[in-house]
Amino acid sequence: MKIPYYPGCTLKTNAKNLETSTLEVAKTLDVELIELPRWNCCGTVYSLTSDDLIHHVAPIRNLIRVQEMNDSGLVKDENRLVTVCSMCYNTLKRSNLRVKENPEDLDKINDFMYLEEDYKGNVEVIHFLKLLQDMGFDKVEEKVRKPLSELKIAPYYGCMLLRPKEVGIDDPEDPTIQKELLEALGAEVIDNPYKKVCCGSYQTVHEKDAVSNLGYKILSQAQKEGAEAITTSCPLCAFNLDNRQKEVKQQHPEFQHIPVFYFTQLIAIAFGVEKKYCRFDLNYIDPETLLKKKKLLQE
Amino acid sequence: MREKVVITSKNVEFLDKVSEMSGQPITRCDQCGVCSGSCPMVDEMDITPSQMMRKVQLGQEEVLGTRAMWLCASCFTCTVRCPRGLDLSKVAEALRQITLRKAVDHIDIRKIPDHEMKKLPQIALISSFRKFTG
Amino acid sequence: MKRIGVYVCHCGGNISEVVDVKEVASFAEKLPDVVMVKDYTTMCSEVGQKMVADDIKEHKLDRVVIAACSPQFQGVTFMRTVENADLSPYVLEMANIREQCAWPHYDFPKDATKKAKDLTNMAVAKARLDESLKKIMMPIGKRVLIIGGGIAGIQASLDLGDAGFEVYLVEKEPSIGGKMKQLSRTFPTEDCASCILSPKMADVPMNPNIHLYTYTEIKNIEGFLGNYEVTIEKKPTYVDPAKCTCCDKCVDVCPVVVPNEHDQGLTSRRAIYLPNSIAVPHSYVLDDEACLGLFPLACSKCRDVCEPGAIDYDLYPEEKKFTVDTIIVSTGYEIFDATQKAVYGFGKYENVITALDLERMIVYAAEGNPLKNLGERIAFIQCVGSRDEQVGNEYCSRICCMYATKLASLLKHPHPERDIYVFYTDLRAYGKGFEEYYKRAQNSGIKFIRGRVAEVFEDSRTKKLTLKVEDTLTRQIIESEFDTVVLSVGLRPNGGTEKIADMLKLAKSPDGFLQEAHPKFRPVDTLKDGIFLAGAVQGPKDIPDTVAQASAASARATRLMNQGEYALDPVMAFVHEDRCDPAKCGSACIEGCPLGAISVNGVAKLNEAVCKGCGSCIASCPADALDLHVYTNAQLLSEVESVMQDKKKDETRFLIFADDTTAYRLSDNVGTAKMSYSVNSRIVRVPSCGRITPKLMLQSFKAGADGILFGESEEKSSPFPHVISTINSNIAKVKETLKQKKVEEERIRFVQFVTVMLVGFVNNVNDLADFIKKAGPIPDKERKALI
Repeated sequence: MKIPYYPGCTLKTNAKNLETSTLEVAKTLDVELIELPRWNCCGTVYSLTSDDLIHHVAPIRNLIRVQEMNDSGLVKDENRLVTVCSMCYNTLKRSNLRVKENPEDLDKINDFMYLEEDYKGNVEVIHFLKLLQDMGFDKVEEKVRKPLSELKIAPYYGCMLLRPKEVGIDDPEDPTIQKELLEALGAEVIDNPYKKVCCGSYQTVHEKDAVSNLGYKILSQAQKEGAEAITTSCPLCAFNLDNRQKEVKQQHPEFQHIPVFYFTQLIAIAFGVEKKYCRFDLNYIDPETLLKKKKLLQE
Repeated sequence: MREKVVITSKNVEFLDKVSEMSGQPITRCDQCGVCSGSCPMVDEMDITPSQMMRKVQLGQEEVLGTRAMWLCASCFTCTVRCPRGLDLSKVAEALRQITLRKAVDHIDIRKIPDHEMKKLPQIALISSFRKFTG
Repeated sequence: MKRIGVYVCHCGGNISEVVDVKEVASFAEKLPDVVMVKDYTTMCSEVGQKMVADDIKEHKLDRVVIAACSPQFQGVTFMRTVENADLSPYVLEMANIREQCAWPHYDFPKDATKKAKDLTNMAVAKARLDESLKKIMMPIGKRVLIIGGGIAGIQASLDLGDAGFEVYLVEKEPSIGGKMKQLSRTFPTEDCASCILSPKMADVPMNPNIHLYTYTEIKNIEGFLGNYEVTIEKKPTYVDPAKCTCCDKCVDVCPVVVPNEHDQGLTSRRAIYLPNSIAVPHSYVLDDEACLGLFPLACSKCRDVCEPGAIDYDLYPEEKKFTVDTIIVSTGYEIFDATQKAVYGFGKYENVITALDLERMIVYAAEGNPLKNLGERIAFIQCVGSRDEQVGNEYCSRICCMYATKLASLLKHPHPERDIYVFYTDLRAYGKGFEEYYKRAQNSGIKFIRGRVAEVFEDSRTKKLTLKVEDTLTRQIIESEFDTVVLSVGLRPNGGTEKIADMLKLAKSPDGFLQEAHPKFRPVDTLKDGIFLAGAVQGPKDIPDTVAQASAASARATRLMNQGEYALDPVMAFVHEDRCDPAKCGSACIEGCPLGAISVNGVAKLNEAVCKGCGSCIASCPADALDLHVYTNAQLLSEVESVMQDKKKDETRFLIFADDTTAYRLSDNVGTAKMSYSVNSRIVRVPSCGRITPKLMLQSFKAGADGILFGESEEKSSPFPHVISTINSNIAKVKETLKQKKVEEERIRFVQFVTVMLVGFVNNVNDLADFIKKAGPIPDKERKALI
């Protein structure tokens, strides 16, 4: 299977570990994620005012690239666009819905981008987790070489994967898609009631204290339930829950650090993929000690 | 001295403007408070999200001077829970935009310390520029 | 020579503020056959009606046209006025110049006045051809079916049984009593629910006029008022109530344990069980789905131990048929499924319970047998599943504020040390004694906090619950721990209601409950003659209101049945026998009637008791031999031609054929809501759009219509089954012709409406108006060539 793939800017730099693990996991599942040629930044957030169209141009331009990929033969009859960064997923999907529901806005945007071909409104933006679910988690289970047994994981979802309802990949109050995936990998899944609570998002730039409070709340609750690790799908959540643990520790000295994984890193470990594809060097809190303790990584 | 609330047609202008920019029928809010209870940032806010809606309903432009809308993380939890089907994230965005479109930035990029700039992922910077600068 | 009297009503300003009533009156004077025209402020008043009666005598009028409000509003009133003056009520016509003219077009008084003239012209044209019809009388007996044996059904059965009617009370549970038998105490008096219900329940089997069928479901109902053929299926209980002594030995030996529905699953029962302590019929029931198997090899312990020999496995569901004259639907409610509000954790967190769970717990606690330790800190969350667009229930469930106050009080009185909070958005204490009861609850220390609870989290070790909520009155965020959280769940229509509604073709309100005929004046009637509603099936309500509705429904049923006969609407098909030649046509009309009301015996014959007057058959006759009383082919043609008169050269006008049940009512609703739409529209009332043949459609275009919109009920709410396909096939034929004659097909449209689709109506009408405006009026040449 060859599917168009949108990385987003952060996956090429700070969150390279998310990209490398995702691509390798996909390869193991016989899915070739083909990077969108000439993709541009999606803008990160979906513009929420009713009178703003200019900020939808960037996301839509990426969807035109999907059309071009089909035309040029890079993919065949594939209108899906896979993305793994939660924020990119949310922005692209919402912009797509916006123009599908308002053909007049689509016309204006197409007119504005007169040098590009028209976006016809046929692309479907999906998140990598949904792709795995549609494929069937049993197919994922088949490729597991090192079950993650004895690893207690509390999946974290954040906001962008779940809300608003028209783009959410699961129930916004009680999502279970990561649980199903991690159980297929053999892990013991801990339910954290704060799995859907926002990490603070972009407030991390200016309101570090507020963000570290949220991080403390989310992580310590998971730890109270017995979690040894957290998973996430979003580089911003990863930053707020992982890197900001420094600030959390400063504010709450009794806080114990806990590693934060991208869910694809854990799939990669379970598949027995070479460690280099996980790029653990980019995780802030050291994840390798825990993995070695659970015999999931060689010494 | 207790400040009294005056309601004139000028107040309605502000309400109409925010309603149009956000695309939300703000008069429909019945102040149940689910949004405030759901908001992850409410502890830092000077007024609660439902209070923000109330001020807009009464056409009180002073709401533009409060901090609540700038502390919004656009997490959409209020949106999926509002029993009247209102999208508060859009109202907060409209309020922010009223100030930002006057070329008044809420954050100064130059004030972000170097060590932060080095480690912050792009999406954090881009999204805060999108939300807090005009 | 006809003598038509025309009245133009000001409607107290409602019409005359927009429409120039004097102009309409002087226009009417010039119409042929009109001998008298008057205008007046309020035609429906006693003075107005007397004026009509006097004028009929004085001016020897033989038809009356009243240009005023909608015929669906005051039509019956004026028909009666005319009838009392010794004319047939069917020579009365109304021109709807209020709901369908002055109100929607209040911004365009000149155009509205012109439209009012056209509508009056149309009414006069119809009146000219009215037949002096009389109602057909049909017999009606004294038998009534009551579906649902909760308090509503019980009250209605007792009222009707005592009044001497033959009552069939059908209940699907093994015992009557509904939800009320599960309650602990009732508000605001705190009297014991079972204690006041039990004697009423006991009265039912004692009443010689009531046939009680429990553990029974309705399989089918067919027929019409005075002749409803009912088929029921009674499930076997396998226990003979006459022999059973309630010794309980069978329960002791039964090996099967299942959740006890009466206790909301909080306790268990055996496969053989007594449904509850006040059960009527007071008899044990063997649940054959839980039972290991109804034969000795599987078990048979209960039969072995039963001394009176009351248990017999060799029983099967029994079908029974009977006929009734009227029906009362009282299928009640079920509580909102709280698992749909995942954020409150019901079903996940063991200390989150529903109010109905708590009712059962309080009953047990009062007997010194508590089911659960509720702890000291208890929180009530209001509006769970109500007033909530996120779960699709916009309405308020009416009783939750009061039942929460009651439950809180019942928890507080025996344990004053308990800390009880009620988190509400509004506290609705609207009824008699309610506010006083709420005040007493506040006095007792129960804390009422205005804020809708945002989320509930459980501490997985202690199982205690933390609520997060804003106290909107002080703007503080509360994050507090509780031992028990009670969800005040809203009400939904009972699961069995859907099937009954479909079977009887009863309309639903937007909130999902069954719709009453008129919200103010006919709160227990439905739009089907002889079928009534009582209790929560019509909308959430408390016990006093339920009992009141049950007695009201009984009174309404009595009113119909007491007279011994009722009148049939003469809107019915009939045959022009001189044109009917079955040899030539192959009797297509038999198939043409979806109700099977037509048979052929030499000529086509109508069964008047079955015919509902939809008019679908008319288009099936190639010889134009079929017609419809009150809406004849000649009348419709005359209406269409007259409403299209005096069209200016560039003017566009279009017709809306609106069915009586829905589209006509909807357009009235739109006008009443003062929503505006194209003033170029002209609405023609029909019993159903199935009435309009392809020939009539083409004749309409020829007469000057630039577009036609058909508005009809949705198939599932339509009183006329299969009419939708008739309409579609008629329109398809006309579209063919339009295509051939180079007229745009989009000029003719068909929309299925519901009576609350106000915006939809406006949008559809305006869409057509815009299209016609762009495309322009049909050119004369093409128009003439159509037919």
